[in-house]
Amino acid sequence: MTRTARAGGAGARSQTITEVRDRTAPPLGVGESAVRPDAPLKVLGRFAFASDLYLDGMLWGATVRSPHPRARILSIDVSEALKIRGVATVLTAADVPGENLYGIKKADQPVLADREVRYAGEAVAVAAADHPETARRAVEAVRVEYEVLTPLTDPEQALAGGGGPIHPGGNVARRVRIRHGDVGSVRPQAEVVVEGEYRSGVQDPAFLGPEAGLAVPDGSGGVDLYVASQWIHDDRRQIAAGLGLDPSMVRLTLSGVGGAFGGREDLSVHIHACMLALRMGRPVKMSYNREESFFGHVHRHPSRSRIELGAKRTGELVYTKVRLILDGGAYTSTSQIVIANACYFAAGAYRVDNVEIDGYAVYTNNPPRGAMRGFGAVQACYAIESAMDRLAGALGMDPVELRIVNAIEEGSILPTGQAVDGPAPVRELLEHLRDLPLPPDEPDGSGGPGRAPDLRRLPGGVGNTTRGENVVRGVGYALGMKAIGFSGGVDDYSTARVSLSIVGGAPLVEVYSAAAECGQGIVAVQAQIPRTELGVDTVVVRPADTLIGDAGSSAASRQTWMTGGAVQAACGRVRTELLERAAVRLGRPPEDLALAGGAVCERVSGEPAVTLAELLGGETVEAVFEYHHRPTEPIDDVNGQGDAHIAFAYAAHRAVVDVDTDLGLVRVVELAAAQDVGKAMNPQAVEGQIEGGTAQGLGLALLEEVQIVDGHVRNPSFTDYLIPTILDTPPMNIEIFEFPHPDSPYGLNGVGEPPTLSSTPAIVNALRDATGLELPGVPVRSADLVSRAGSNGADQAPRGRRT
Amino acid sequence: MEYLRPRTWSDAVALKTEDPSVVPINGGTDLMVEINFARRRPPALLDLSRLDEMKGWEKRNGSVELGAGVTYTRIIEELSTELPALAIASRTVGSPQIRNRGTVGGNLATASPAGDAHPPLLAAGASVRAESMRGARDIPIGEFFTGPKQNALEPDELIRSVVIPAARGPRQFSKVGTRNAMVIAVVSFALSLDLEERRVGTGIGSAGPTPIEAVEAQAYLEQELEAGGNWDHRRRPAPEVGERFAEMAASAASPIDDVRGAASYRTHALRIMAGRTLGWAWDEVVERGGEGRRQCW
Repeated sequence: MTRTARAGGAGARSQTITEVRDRTAPPLGVGESAVRPDAPLKVLGRFAFASDLYLDGMLWGATVRSPHPRARILSIDVSEALKIRGVATVLTAADVPGENLYGIKKADQPVLADREVRYAGEAVAVAAADHPETARRAVEAVRVEYEVLTPLTDPEQALAGGGGPIHPGGNVARRVRIRHGDVGSVRPQAEVVVEGEYRSGVQDPAFLGPEAGLAVPDGSGGVDLYVASQWIHDDRRQIAAGLGLDPSMVRLTLSGVGGAFGGREDLSVHIHACMLALRMGRPVKMSYNREESFFGHVHRHPSRSRIELGAKRTGELVYTKVRLILDGGAYTSTSQIVIANACYFAAGAYRVDNVEIDGYAVYTNNPPRGAMRGFGAVQACYAIESAMDRLAGALGMDPVELRIVNAIEEGSILPTGQAVDGPAPVRELLEHLRDLPLPPDEPDGSGGPGRAPDLRRLPGGVGNTTRGENVVRGVGYALGMKAIGFSGGVDDYSTARVSLSIVGGAPLVEVYSAAAECGQGIVAVQAQIPRTELGVDTVVVRPADTLIGDAGSSAASRQTWMTGGAVQAACGRVRTELLERAAVRLGRPPEDLALAGGAVCERVSGEPAVTLAELLGGETVEAVFEYHHRPTEPIDDVNGQGDAHIAFAYAAHRAVVDVDTDLGLVRVVELAAAQDVGKAMNPQAVEGQIEGGTAQGLGLALLEEVQIVDGHVRNPSFTDYLIPTILDTPPMNIEIFEFPHPDSPYGLNGVGEPPTLSSTPAIVNALRDATGLELPGVPVRSADLVSRAGSNGADQAPRGRRT
Repeated sequence: MEYLRPRTWSDAVALKTEDPSVVPINGGTDLMVEINFARRRPPALLDLSRLDEMKGWEKRNGSVELGAGVTYTRIIEELSTELPALAIASRTVGSPQIRNRGTVGGNLATASPAGDAHPPLLAAGASVRAESMRGARDIPIGEFFTGPKQNALEPDELIRSVVIPAARGPRQFSKVGTRNAMVIAVVSFALSLDLEERRVGTGIGSAGPTPIEAVEAQAYLEQELEAGGNWDHRRRPAPEVGERFAEMAASAASPIDDVRGAASYRTHALRIMAGRTLGWAWDEVVERGGEGRRQCW
């Protein structure tokens, strides 16, 4: 039932390289670590990302952005910009051909700001020129006159109704209210009560490939857009509206995507590049640099959560009360869904019969926030897992034991009233982590007497800040839970076409879908499925575009389930057709036949009966399938009740940290992860997802924060927005559990998001264990870990074991 | 933008004199970032990266003359004995790719208060050899940094090399960053003990408008070490001397709050680093105390 995939970071990586080099290895089917076709190119630096797009004669687009978080636009003068040699055009709101509002869930964001700007960095005008530097100079030459207004940047003030409305409907994007049981009447039964407030900062998806696209006018009023995206069909819907075109006149092809993590669900260059291309009748490329990228996509919502937990002395939870507020920034993006998702899981993966959850997403004049890996559940998990450790402390109970006592199981009722269906192996995950041996102490990082210290094994790393002085160790645990797939009544589906033909005498399967490969490995999975289903080794996955039906977003950890399901079902139809043809030819019932090794075989003996080449000749067998997951319903507005989800996924982490309590520097010694994935479709890719999600959670715990002061981003660069390097990322002891899910293709479950949830609170709980500090907010800064900055940290009494 | 690639050092000097607005580039690890983000649009670049005259180092009269074009990687590999603090600092610079390109000459030309090479150069009492058609001169490192990202070079001058006294005693460098590698200093500190001249040198980074020498702390420690006979007997100074030195070193800084850290944290960290580096330096003195004094370093 379990799969052990132990991988020290370095070990896993060398294994990857070995597999890539072994070109004689057979192509692999479902459940095997098939090499991703994009992997060698990416490793060698030869993969073409969207920023590499090029056409002769193309123009370069650039964007004028507001320097003010809130202002009225009094005038825009483009005349000086147009005088620059090489500048083709400058467009403003008046030039938007269609609806000057777009949005993934609610069209409230202007394509180009009209009369008002609501955040610093908002697009006001776009220019096209024959060279990127000329386009940048044109942008600088555009004169925008603003009447600067006082920005509303405090979400509590926004919720209280202060600061003036940013949108006509007021500043609350959504309120979610969940009532389950009766907190008021059971409160006296709680023998121990803890309260706490927890905050999380603004995380950037920090994908390595900044936003880019190339728009090519088709000469008949339509446009082709090559772009990095997570969901090209929804992009098309929004672009067509902005351009005032029928969607059939807008065709998208997915270009090379350099990471997404939610940040490519909203539009960036899309409409701008198309507008410029249609206006000039020439191809237009837009490609943000790193600084602009920080303003070109949404960030993770910063959160403030207040949690009250009531429990019996046994640890059994009596009630959970949560109030949480997300700052959605200037436009809606996916804020209403993010706050719902945060509320669904605000009580954690625990059985508790009495729950009150109140969640708010508000508008402010901060940059827009939207989807990011974990989608609200990250903030909720950080808060509840922090509160659980606080409760364990108050009870004098082991934090793992407390979690096990309250762990949900199959059949447990969630705060939304939904019964947990499908496996819920929470206890198994926690017990596994609890029983893992701890890494050995490394008191001074030295390899032995007389050897120089290995600074990489000490907090502060090569900065040479300690040789073990006042370094204490801590251990922390956390558990995360999240829904997989689109929830709340959305008819979620994906479309795939599978065709089988004979090319050069051998069978070839072509798979076609619009599923966006963002780096997660969906292309490889789409090739693995036909190998298993049709017994054909050679599978080509066509580039994703909008000429086929919608695949939905590469989001919500859903794409392998949904598009995998569509490919599997389309393969099933192709197989049925092939076996029926073979049955006629062979005079056997189709039930006696199977596909393997490029042939139709006897099901029982496996003996080939007829090759696919003989069976098909020049014909092609093809099937299209639209895969829908089971229906869900939205939660109600009054008590937040409803069967909103198709499935839940779980992950847990144990973190071991060393803290230099004088300087507040941290080394994460080990991050052990345990996750149920249902079925590891491609174990190596699953490990990659767990490693990456865990590292992203580490970033939120210790490093990553878009710092915003009065609506202005202070650190829009990878010099000052820091993501973990390999020296910050510890070995990961990963245990992959495979409890088959009853409703999904192959029993798989979503994989991408859960590891991002529990990694952050596990690390912070370990820091709390080491230092005894409360540490309410993430990312934890060095100064937060120095108990009394400015005094001598040596006389504090940490709770952690001194090394 | 013009791009000039002189074949010889003297051609480079002539070009800089001819048009002082040309901006020299070597590794490009600072300048190209500025250009890529359109923060600077120099009229012309003067590419010094192929000039062999700048790529060497030699030891003479107890000092290392380090060519301005020597990369951090080479400093780590070749100069860990002569210039141990600069080697430690070099190891903290950027990523391997940056260390393969970046140079101390470039660090000095940028003159950022956070430049990793600066504190060790201050602590060692280095001097910057600048050259123009008017001639060459040595600028003491203490006079080189004149403001945030400003230095004492005249518009027609280029940095030819840095002259750094080789270690005659322990040297340490310590840097706090918000990440364990590839990070700009939140605050950094360098210490040099010259056992022959009985001098203490310090350098502070990222805690003021320029890199700073903690002059009073140095004088205090020199005096205490003399009075306590610590130089003579290679004996560790009393803990309170170390604490006082650390406090004085920290008070020499004038840090600000910024995205990398708060002023109060910087001052606090500086005190810890000054205390720790002094302890490590004396560890070395004590460990090597049995060796003949002259052969020590």
